[in-house]
Formats: sequence, C-alpha cells, structure tokens
Amino acid sequence: MSTRADISRGSGPGFSIGTVSLLTGLVALGVLIIAGNAADPMMGAHAWIFFFLTVAGLMITGFWAGSLNGRNPFDPAFYEDTIVKFGVAAAMFWGIAGFLVGLIIALQLTWPGIFYFPDLGWTNFGRIRPLHTSAVIFAFGGNVLIATSFYVVQRTCRTRLAGGMWPWFVFWGYNLFIVVAGTGYLLGVTQSREYAEPEWYADLWLTIVWVAYLLVFLGTLWKRKEPHIYVANWFYLSFIVTIAMLHIVNNLAIPVSLTGSKSYSLFAGVQDALTQWWYGHNAVGFFLTTGFLAIMYYFIPKRVNRPVYSYRLSIVHFWSLIFIYIWAGPHHLHYTALPQWAQTLGMVFSVMLWMPSWGGMINGVMTLSGAWDKLRTDPVVRMMIVALAFYGMSTFEGPLMSVRAVNALSHYTEWGIAHVHSGSMGWVGFISFGALYCLTPWLWKRKALYSKALVEWHFWLATLGILFYIVAMYVAGITEGLMWRAYNEFGFLEYAFIETVKAKHIMYIIRAAGGGLFLLGALLMAYNLVRTALGHGEAGETAANDAPKTATPVLQPAE
Amino acid sequence: MYETLSSFAQTWGLGFFVLMFLVAVAYALWPGNSEKFRSAAHQPLIDKDPSDD
Repeated sequence: MSTRADISRGSGPGFSIGTVSLLTGLVALGVLIIAGNAADPMMGAHAWIFFFLTVAGLMITGFWAGSLNGRNPFDPAFYEDTIVKFGVAAAMFWGIAGFLVGLIIALQLTWPGIFYFPDLGWTNFGRIRPLHTSAVIFAFGGNVLIATSFYVVQRTCRTRLAGGMWPWFVFWGYNLFIVVAGTGYLLGVTQSREYAEPEWYADLWLTIVWVAYLLVFLGTLWKRKEPHIYVANWFYLSFIVTIAMLHIVNNLAIPVSLTGSKSYSLFAGVQDALTQWWYGHNAVGFFLTTGFLAIMYYFIPKRVNRPVYSYRLSIVHFWSLIFIYIWAGPHHLHYTALPQWAQTLGMVFSVMLWMPSWGGMINGVMTLSGAWDKLRTDPVVRMMIVALAFYGMSTFEGPLMSVRAVNALSHYTEWGIAHVHSGSMGWVGFISFGALYCLTPWLWKRKALYSKALVEWHFWLATLGILFYIVAMYVAGITEGLMWRAYNEFGFLEYAFIETVKAKHIMYIIRAAGGGLFLLGALLMAYNLVRTALGHGEAGETAANDAPKTATPVLQPAE
Repeated sequence: MYETLSSFAQTWGLGFFVLMFLVAVAYALWPGNSEKFRSAAHQPLIDKDPSDD
C-alpha cells in the first residue's frame, strides 16, 4: 500500500529498486575497467562474467520495473514468496550439479583415467574437487538456507521481508558469487584455503551480499508483528552473523594488484593454519549446523503439526552451541606446530559439544510426540527424522575424532571423509530435502506432492547410498590408518604408500556406487518437485477438491 | 602484550563468558517465562497472513 508520501520518504518500491540498481551499476562499471586492464587471463574472464551478468541483471530489472504500471511489487499485505520459489529451484539445480561432480571425482579416485584429459587442465581432480565441495555446501546448502530463512522469518514474524528489492539482490548476488567461485576453480583461481577457495574479489563481493542479507533479515525482525522472536530465527541470525565474521577474518588478504586475481593472506605459518581451521570448523558449526537446525525447528513442528517438544531446551541448545562451537577449530591441527594447549582446548570444547548437539537432536525427534505414526505414513517426516539420526551420529563421532589419540588414527584417512559425508549427506542433505519437499506444495499452493511413492524411492535410494558411502569409507579409513602406522620387526614401515592406496580400491568402487544412488534419488526429487509445481498427479487434486468449498461459504443463520 | 591479553582472557574473559551463559540458562529456566515459551513453541503452527490481526 505505498503512497506518493511513502516513496518520497524513501520507503516505496522505487527507492529500493533504485539503490539496488545503483550499486549493481557501479559494480558493472568497476569490473568493466578491470576487464580492460586485467593483469591475467583469469581475472579478465571473471571481470567479463561479472560485467555481463550484472548488466543482464540491470536490464531485466529495468524491463520488470517498467512493466509494473504503478503496481507495488513489494505489497506489505502479502509475503514475499516468489523469491523463496527461486531459491527452491536454485537449490535443486545446484544440488544435482554438486552431487554429479561428487560422483565424477569419486570415479576419478577409483579409476584415475576417467574423465581426465591431460590437455584439459580443468578436468583435473584438484580443480573439480573444490567445485564439488563448494557446490554442495555453498550453492546447494546456501540456497536452501537463504530460501528457508526468507520463508521462516516472514511466517514467524508475520510480516513481509524488509528491504523491497534488496532480498533479490541477496539471492542473485549470492548466486553470482557461486558462478564466479565455480568457474574460478575450473580456471585454476584459488587461494587454497579449505572451503574458502575463491580469491579476494569474489570474497569482497560476497561480503557486500552478506551484509545486505544480514540487513534484510534484521529489518524483517525489526518490523515483526509477533512479540517473541521464534527460536529458528535465532539460529538463522547466528548463522548469518557468524559467517560474516568468519568470512571476513579468514579472507583478510592483500591482492598483488587490483586488476589481478592473485592475493596473499595477511597471516603466515601456524597463525594462518589456525585462522583457516577456526573458519573451517565454524563453517561446519554455523553454516552446516545452526542454519539447518533453524530448518529443523520450523519445518518439523510445522510438518507434523505439533509444538516444539521443549522450547526451554531449544534456548539452552542454542546458547550452548554458540558458546562452545567457536573454540573447537584447533582439533583440526593435532600433532602440528600449533601449541599443545591450543590443541587440547579445541579437543575439550569439541567433547563438550556432544551434549548440546544431542539435546537438539532429542528436541527435534521428540517433537513427534503424539504423531509417531507419521514416521510410517509420511516419507518427508521420515527423511527429516533420519536427518536428525545422522546429526546425532556425526555429532557423537566428531567429539570422538577430536580426541588426540583417536585423531592419530583417523586424521588424513578416509574416516574423515566418512564423517563429513554422514554429516553432509545424512544431516544437511536429508533435512534440506525434507524442507524442499515441504516448501514446494506450500509455495505453489498444491495439496500434496506429485507422488509420495517417488519420495519413498528417493528416501530409500539416498539412505542406501549414504550407507554404502560411509561404511566403505570407514573400512577404507581404518584400513589405511592401521597400514600407515604398521612397523615390521626391523622398525621399518610395513607398507609403501601405494599399497595403502591399492587396498582401498574396492571400497572406492562401493563409495562411488553409493554416490550414484544418492544422485539418482536427487534426480527423482527434482522430477517430483517440478511435477508438483505444475500441479500434476496428487498435487493437482487441490483445485478440484477445495474449489467448491471456498467458492460457496456456508452462511451462518444470523447472516 | 601477549601476556597481558592471555591473562585477561583466562580470567575476566572466561568469567564473563561463563556469566553470560548462566544468564542465558537462567532466562530459559525462569519460571515466569514458561507461559511465553509455551505459546512460542506453537508459533510455527500459526497460519496467518501479514494483514491478519
């Protein structure tokens, strides 16, 4: 309901469209200058990608704004759901891309000649492995988090997203970052920091996007109509704030030149390593954990129509994670140059994390109290509860692996890979799939999903896939860990390194098969979601069944 | 510099964090808050539009 007065005060739709366009235009101008003076071909390629995508964004915004004819696109009487639809679609697209690349590198590890061409550097495992990790964590997971956070914060605050056009800047800006990051890995642009490979210019862009994300989220909380800020929003907020802090500190670097892609970290040696793993472990803690716990605290109660089991526990859960997680990073640096006291500190805090993690898991699972039958009848609920089972498993295993003596065996082996994938495929993957299965019928106003049977297929294919994956990697990890430390009677190492690699071959085949099943399940899901959005199958029964009810309201006698 | 910072972190800093955490736990367990939390636990189940009152 914007008026001319609103617009002149700066709160009308024109203002946010104008400011977003201004910022995008300035960036387009800046990258055009860099494109003309690029110090290396990678920077040139990225500057042109940036330029074409920002200009395309400006043109589309212009056409769209011109077609409004005075309609307010940010009408505060309605929720902003279109952006959530875009987020669901983007998450599904990136998810499949990320799982596919994961399968390719699993096959490359098994048969090194597969999909590797010596003349094409970008097919090298070293180039496409970060493509996989970033695609699944930041592209798939990130889009799930942006979409669900925008959905949840509006519902639980009962108000439209703040900022008018700015949420769209966040969505497209974030996905532009993903494109720049992904193409950069293939081109060989990397600062070699685990889960933070993109170079300085991509990092700067993400910082701008992330600050906009924080302001949109805070602005929405600020104008909420519900007095209490629901716990899921606390989890989302901790994710946004902490990722901002981690991203900025971990990426403090000096570019060699403002027109070149290379930069050098401000830190060196063991300080650099600690900064990196302070970032790395808290990316797990605040991106892959608190963000997805926010999903748990909204979507599980909503889906099973039961209140949160213990709201008190959810508050204790939240604050204990916040106070403990940030100290756990040094457990990645056992037996390194990092001082022993720092290693021990990381280990102790990791062990302490077990309790709040399980408190949260119990809180989520027990939310089904009084609705346990849904585990049998609703495969989407089952998916989210199995996600919590994997969450419980990997948050027990993590503290265990952080103990120095256990780490002596597990570190650098496939055990770590098993741990990460039980957490990422089992917990993050399944809770995200659950959220996407919930969101699609809600957003497109369908009665149900296109096919429940396909969800069952997805559930079992993916569960089997994860089990194949992690069991194979546990066996491979413990095998190679024991082989590396085996001595013969003369005090020499028993095995050459290549023997420990050969010993994993069968396990690698099983792992790749597991990844294939997981990808197949995701393909079924994409098909199911598209058909749901189109209103086919069980999704289309809504209109037929519900239309008469709404069309002929039952009149009360008094009327 | 290192000595000063680390001794501060190991005493006042640690004490401050523990205190803050206890405040959060007290807030969660405070009997007067139970009614607020009971209704908050139902917050996801409410289906309302922004214009509803």
